[in-house]
Amino acid sequence: MDTSELTKEKRTERPEEIKAVPVRHPGRWIAAAIVLLFAAAAVRSIVTSQGFQWHVVGHYLFDSRILHGVLATVYLTALCQGIGIVLGVVAAVMRLSPNPIVSGASWLYIWFFRGTPLLVQILFWYNIAALFPTISLGIPFGPTFVHAHANSIVTPLVTAMLGLGLNEGAYMSEIVRAGIISVDEGQTLAAQSLGMSRLQIMRRIVLPQAMRVIIPPTGNETISMLKNTSLLIVASYGELLFSAQSIYDVNYKVIPLLIVASIWYLVMTSVLYVGQYFVERRFGRGFTRAERATMRSRWLTFGAGSMAR
Amino acid sequence: MTAMVKAEAVHKRFGRLEVLKGITLEVDRGEVMCILGPSGSGKSTFLRCINHLDKINAGRLYVDGELVGYRERGAKLHELPEREVARKRAQVGMVFQHFHLFPHMTALENVTLAPVQVSKVSRDEARKRGTELLGRVGLADKLNTYPVALSGGQQQRVAIARALAMRPKLMLFDEPTSALDPELVGEVLEAMRQLAREGMTMIVVTHEMGFAREVADKAVFMDDGVVVEAGQPEDVLGSPKHERTRTFLSKVL
Repeated sequence: MDTSELTKEKRTERPEEIKAVPVRHPGRWIAAAIVLLFAAAAVRSIVTSQGFQWHVVGHYLFDSRILHGVLATVYLTALCQGIGIVLGVVAAVMRLSPNPIVSGASWLYIWFFRGTPLLVQILFWYNIAALFPTISLGIPFGPTFVHAHANSIVTPLVTAMLGLGLNEGAYMSEIVRAGIISVDEGQTLAAQSLGMSRLQIMRRIVLPQAMRVIIPPTGNETISMLKNTSLLIVASYGELLFSAQSIYDVNYKVIPLLIVASIWYLVMTSVLYVGQYFVERRFGRGFTRAERATMRSRWLTFGAGSMAR
Repeated sequence: MTAMVKAEAVHKRFGRLEVLKGITLEVDRGEVMCILGPSGSGKSTFLRCINHLDKINAGRLYVDGELVGYRERGAKLHELPEREVARKRAQVGMVFQHFHLFPHMTALENVTLAPVQVSKVSRDEARKRGTELLGRVGLADKLNTYPVALSGGQQQRVAIARALAMRPKLMLFDEPTSALDPELVGEVLEAMRQLAREGMTMIVVTHEMGFAREVADKAVFMDDGVVVEAGQPEDVLGSPKHERTRTFLSKVL
């Protein structure tokens, strides 16, 4: 046979579709079985154990005092995280300033608030009246405008804002700074060459791009914040844990009420997960990344080897 | 009439490394100057100095008769405040090797940002002009596309439109085609050729010898921080007098 004829024939005829026998993954099935076994044991003990007192949990889950605490926790989280983000952006921009006094002040702030326990800070703010009995607002070494007793100003809410907000600002500033640094210098160069001012460049070019790096850890921080509001129990602020505690202080149903609180914390953090997904998508515009394997596609390929026969 | 760009013995140092060792040259209005030379010869640094993105250490640099970055009062130089520097930069367009488009904005948003933010042109006006400019560089159908979905050549053409949106009196091109795939170089050069025909004053750092011969009014060969040879493109590129120019050209061509 002529060789040219042979190659010609081969080229025109499409070869048969490959239907290979997939590789088997018996290990996956064994691992799944072990995990399921432990999970079943855990569920059994949770459901049957008397200590959990599920009827009490059900009774208090939608108690008005608990719901009130949930609302207070949501409100506090939004407020303090908001304060933290604003402070964080300011401190990060200050930290990157060429002025050594300005950047030094920011460094000192971060150093102090990251370096001391949050609980200590909250207790400190709560007892601030012991240190400064009166507080006045005015120009340093100049005239004062407002003068008041610390105890009347530093309410539990103000303690919360100061304690959680200032602490969060220190952490957020490092996150924001990392985001700012991650933006390619060419972006600033291009914006400068168009005649944009430093502030315009920061606001229109650098920060929007930094957001992509800033948002995932900020979601993390918000979840931490939500849980950290429970520390305000020491400042008698009526958030979720405080509400639960004030109920079990009376009826001694400690475990069921802690479960009630935990259920609500889980619900709230789950909502935050969803929120984070949408915010990330919004700021991901213009950056296509390789699509990550979704949960669904992982299910579809799981154990395919031993099932597809 | 004063030259558009005038450099007198411009020196630039990075730490102890002297990158520009006395650059003297002039670019007239409507003229296209191509700067050639091996990498590290200081071409890009010189362009950045013209826009005061880098400060010069000695010599004088004028754009449109005004000192770049400083004000001369008596015998002393005073640094210009940031706002003044920005105002002057707005009048000089710059195109970079790696485009530096703003990735979070569409092509049209890239082009309209500076007119709206810096020149305080109305949003409608900026959009109208931006659409027209993108049309001129052949991207009328890509107005709402993000840079990530554009080819290198398309991105660079958006970058040219972005610079033109500020109605610059001078355009600086820093190796505008060096990062492009060979088949995309032509479209960018065509946009630049058109710009030159319209009478824009341009300084182009490039390795495109064909473009330099065809479009440039002046060619400058730089090496090691000095101008080795300058003159008509056909002279500098065709029959270079200096050994260093000859060696370089023999390697590039």
